[in-house]
Amino acid sequence: MAQSLRQAVSKLLSNHEAEVLAEWQQSLKADGALKGGRVKEAELAAQCTGFLRQLRLGFEAGATDADSVEFAGMREMLADLSRARALQGFSPRETAIFVFSLKQPLFSAFDKHGSGDAAAKLQFNSPVGLLLDRMGLHTMDVFHKAREELIVRQEREIAELSTPVIKLWHGILALPLIGTLDSQRTQVVMENLLESIVAQEAEIAIIDITGVPTVDTLTAQHLLKTVSAARLMGADCIISGIRPQIAQTMVHLGVELTVISKATLADAFALALKRQGRAVTKVGKPEQSGAAS
Amino acid sequence: MQRIPILKLGETLLVTIQVDMDDQIANALEEDLAAEVVRAGARGVVIDISALEIVDSFIGRMLDTIAAVARLLDADTVVVGMRPAVAITLVELGVSLDGVGTALDVDRGMALIRRHTERSDADDGD
Repeated sequence: MAQSLRQAVSKLLSNHEAEVLAEWQQSLKADGALKGGRVKEAELAAQCTGFLRQLRLGFEAGATDADSVEFAGMREMLADLSRARALQGFSPRETAIFVFSLKQPLFSAFDKHGSGDAAAKLQFNSPVGLLLDRMGLHTMDVFHKAREELIVRQEREIAELSTPVIKLWHGILALPLIGTLDSQRTQVVMENLLESIVAQEAEIAIIDITGVPTVDTLTAQHLLKTVSAARLMGADCIISGIRPQIAQTMVHLGVELTVISKATLADAFALALKRQGRAVTKVGKPEQSGAAS
Repeated sequence: MQRIPILKLGETLLVTIQVDMDDQIANALEEDLAAEVVRAGARGVVIDISALEIVDSFIGRMLDTIAAVARLLDADTVVVGMRPAVAITLVELGVSLDGVGTALDVDRGMALIRRHTERSDADDGD
């Protein structure tokens, strides 16, 4: 039986490859595989040809199991394709249809050119169909893994971007916050700030929330926790950069920030300097280059 | 029983906590400190907890109590050198140490006490 299947596939694919290929590509195109220009026609044709060749090689080597060594090449090829499509922003359906849409052309070609009796057809369709299903699932697996990797990478990048602690002056730190504050991020931000307070011996820390889109009760609570923790260590916190709309929303929501707050980072910095007994003064006329100090 | 030494520096008492606090030591410290504030006529108490790595709510309450007792005896309390992890734990436990001053290190803590003392002296003079 395996022998006859091998021969059937080999014969079908060597004699009628062009026909299967054409029909397959047509069905892919009808499904919109080329839409949006993310994949060129030539690229798609190369992928289809490559896949059919792998399929033939696999069956000619006598394998029918999708996990076998003979189909390693095919799995690898699908993995590359799937990963590339995941990063290009294809939907899962668009990716999986690549494999599943081969079934119909293959079966109809066998119908036309095969021996024609029902037993032979079943013998052909069932293992080939099974293999393609497996390959389709494999494609989905890789697709999801690729997306997850992408998400993890982005998360890491965001985390790196989100917690810079800047030294403004001796003993004055600034922490510009950007983006929504959730519990996990606040934890990282808080730890970073406190570590920096110790490392820089800072007495004043300015938390600037210009880049925080909304402040709700939870965010306010997180901020207050950070401020309390800094106070316990002996550093004062000033919150700056509360935008007018946010200030209104906070009042309407009944959110109370019982800390010193200033409208802008500049105001907060001025206050911080004043606390240290320092001030910024004008010492002369601005220089010609415009680089006034 | 282990006791925590209390050093006198001018009008200020300096307590450096270098052992893991248990309830007994904490209670003893509370008593000793109250007695010492009166005996030495201290105006301020600096508690250095920079060596303290683990806290619980009991320690937090102890610090609060010490501060309250010291205030009754006319002395300010400043906690210095708290580690970030300890600060986070205390905040999560809801201990805010409202009546206690804080400073980054002993130096700044002493300066804070000095400022307080001068201010209250000036107030008394009015």
